[in-house]
Amino acid sequence: MTTAEPLAAASVSRFRLRRPGVWTLAAFAGALAVALPIGTALWLAFTANENVWPHLMATVLPGYIVTTLILLAGVAVGTIVIGVGTAWLVTMCAFPGRALLGWALMLPLAAPTYVVAYLYTGLLDYAGPVQRTIRSLFGFATMREYWFPDIRSVEGAIAMMALTLYPYVYLLARAAFIEQGPSAMEASRTLGCNPWQSFRRVALPMARPAIAVGAALAMMETLNDFGTVDYFAVRTLTAGVYNVWLKMQNVGGAAQIALVMLAFVITLLLLEHAARRRQRYHQGGGRYLRGPRFVLPPGRAALAILACALPVLLGFVVPAGVLLAMAVENFSAAFNARFPEFAWNSLRLAVVAAVICLIMGTLVAYAQRLRPSRALHHLSRVASLGYAIPGAVIALGVLIPAGALDNGVDGLARAHLGTSTGLILSGTLAAVLFAYLVRFFALGFGAMESGLARVKPSMDMAARTLGRGPTATFFTVHLPIVKGSALTALLIVFVDVMKELPATLVLRPFNFETLATQVYQHAATEQLELSALGALTIVAVGLIPVVVLNRTIVRQREGADGS
Amino acid sequence: MDRELPVSPPPAVVIQYGMDIVFDRVTHRYGDTIAVDDLSLTAAAGEIVCLVGPSGCGKSTTLRLAAGLERLQQGTIRLGGEVVADGTRDLPPEKRRLGFVFQDFALFPHLSVVQNVAFGLKDTLAAERAAIARAMLARVRMDRHADAYPHSLSGGEQQRVALARALAPRPGLMLLDEPFSGLDTRLRDTVRDETLALLRQSGAPALLVTHDAVEAMRMADRIVVLRAGVLQQAGTPDDIYHRPANAFVAAFFGPVNRLAVRVAGGRVDTPFGAMAAPGLADGSAAEVVVRFEGLQAGQGTAVTVAASRLLGAVSEVELAVPGLAAPWIAHLPGPAPRASASLSVTPDPRQSFVFPAENS
Repeated sequence: MTTAEPLAAASVSRFRLRRPGVWTLAAFAGALAVALPIGTALWLAFTANENVWPHLMATVLPGYIVTTLILLAGVAVGTIVIGVGTAWLVTMCAFPGRALLGWALMLPLAAPTYVVAYLYTGLLDYAGPVQRTIRSLFGFATMREYWFPDIRSVEGAIAMMALTLYPYVYLLARAAFIEQGPSAMEASRTLGCNPWQSFRRVALPMARPAIAVGAALAMMETLNDFGTVDYFAVRTLTAGVYNVWLKMQNVGGAAQIALVMLAFVITLLLLEHAARRRQRYHQGGGRYLRGPRFVLPPGRAALAILACALPVLLGFVVPAGVLLAMAVENFSAAFNARFPEFAWNSLRLAVVAAVICLIMGTLVAYAQRLRPSRALHHLSRVASLGYAIPGAVIALGVLIPAGALDNGVDGLARAHLGTSTGLILSGTLAAVLFAYLVRFFALGFGAMESGLARVKPSMDMAARTLGRGPTATFFTVHLPIVKGSALTALLIVFVDVMKELPATLVLRPFNFETLATQVYQHAATEQLELSALGALTIVAVGLIPVVVLNRTIVRQREGADGS
Repeated sequence: MDRELPVSPPPAVVIQYGMDIVFDRVTHRYGDTIAVDDLSLTAAAGEIVCLVGPSGCGKSTTLRLAAGLERLQQGTIRLGGEVVADGTRDLPPEKRRLGFVFQDFALFPHLSVVQNVAFGLKDTLAAERAAIARAMLARVRMDRHADAYPHSLSGGEQQRVALARALAPRPGLMLLDEPFSGLDTRLRDTVRDETLALLRQSGAPALLVTHDAVEAMRMADRIVVLRAGVLQQAGTPDDIYHRPANAFVAAFFGPVNRLAVRVAGGRVDTPFGAMAAPGLADGSAAEVVVRFEGLQAGQGTAVTVAASRLLGAVSEVELAVPGLAAPWIAHLPGPAPRASASLSVTPDPRQSFVFPAENS
């Protein structure tokens, strides 16, 4: 309020007119932009110049689909067996090392699947130490004299993905077992079931929705994977998008394969959504009391330790150990190369992307709180789909509109200004960052949405009646209260961007390398030892959210166990 | 106006310290539900007006409309003579110079008590803001807790901080949404009296929402009774209690006996004799309403005690009245009469009313 203005004029200018506020408009624009590539991928698939469907169907597509289905089924079975089994053991049984293993079982989340795959290939292929040892032990001279499984196969890919993705199932199943509380199990025991029967007939069915959510997440990551399947030459749909797009130069065909992938994604999303809905009805009472754990006799305790330690060893300790050894051995060669540059590239991309995702997520979540609108709600859900959509498809959806925009601007500039603007978006970091925004928007938005939901509406009203406008209210009230979830979201986006491969690979500017793309390039040219330092850095950074996540879970447990 | 506070330089645009608020034919809908229906009311500077009614009667909506937290759909709201909302434009809440005390107090959990109270203070130095906030806390006897955080305070203490926070920027209008409902009954009376004193000192008019009729009687200069968004009656506590506008208002301010009757010759017949029915057409349906405490023993119609129990100051006596199917209830002073005793009772004319029968 200023002094000079006459009262009447001041009061009119202070009026809020009935038009959408700045927050709402900005949120709509942002959510639309994030949803654009998803729409583009769909549009491309239906409007390709030449109709490549019959051709695709007659040649590669059936193979891609069958391979993808086998891979998905294998990963689902693998992650469920490992995840549910270990979750049950660490929640319900008592054996030495249980607490440590309960934490360590999350570690494989830190290692990207492609890094683990490269390392196991190095260990297990013909020239690797394992086969060399076998040959020297038994005196074999050639490959034909003994049988050894080929890691570069669909089965190998399933093993790699199950080993790195089972923590999704593990985390959710463990939470479900904890939330069930002991009463259902105890009731089952009093009704004459032994512990194993109680698990099968009571605990497992109650946890089924949570397990389904975890498996769906693991399968989405499987669809997103490019590094592993490319290296193993497993021809999945993701690999297909790259082949048809980059090798055959057929964008329409790539988009049509992407459409098939989207069908897979949507099926998985529906499965996940249905499971989450059922989860509400399958939860136990509000009190997370825990009954006594089953104390295992020594023999079984040893088996339990083995069962819980094996996934940690194979999924994290062995690959991380080998990486460490390689990184130390090749430190000077690896570091002398362009390592600092690659690390800096990864770092700045990850920081900027995390900030952008958080800002956009905040914008949409807060606008929706200021003025709830059905349209914005639906738009935010579509924009959040990006998290489920493979990086390859997003890259396709980003590149096409970016190219069209560049051509349009360039054409206009040539016509009216007589100069060429060249490429503004295509092949620039802006396009890469935009793809990250599309893929990871859901993380920023979800964190802010759930964070803001914990702030009572009367807080907003109190701040408003005390003289703060909507924006000032956000910075003085909401932001300090939701700081924790905002920081967690920043951290998770940061790490996911560090690991991201498929979209970065396609969209990065010429000769621009990040740690992830460098690891991929070296693996492709069988020089993994040179990229060990980079891979180790990615894994080390990936450990941060695992530790944070564990602290959050522990705090929840303490809250639940306390009193 | 005498104020003990160190006073900051007055805001640039001074409207006036206490602002009257005027609702002019305000209607508000949530979807198909009418929350407020053609409501007109005023609160003058220095006046404490209680909005009462059962839950869902639109009293909280009225408060939120006054604050600008809800967009006005129809009608006009004026604050201090200035139109702040007229169905096409709204002055946002932060520009209305009002203080709001919320049912859940809505203290900011990330700020200390003194920071909460200083939150609404502007245009002054930080040190000055803190000084004003501390002085305000002293007035609600919370200065010892200035540096505590809200979660460590009891309900009564939180309420006092919330009140101090709302009053600190010297609002032109105070709005209080069920400010005592979160407190336990022993605390409530003390806190209520302290709040009342502070509101009176502030000179700003206060609109206070409550569903508690006794609380409204205790606090209000004027009471506004709402039912399903429609104003039933506005008046002093004496008006509302002794001259209720209809059976609903009468029943809201104390338990009543009711009897359906028909008007004949400007009167209605009851087992207790004829009662005047001024202004009611002959032959129309009417309702006799008698408060429990409006039945006096000693003379009048002979009735039998069906049951009774001592409530303390009075006894609640269930009476079998000749000619009535259901028993009537009387609150009689003194010990409870035993069952099947005979009594004579007569309705006190100041506590007995005849209203036209409602259509519903």
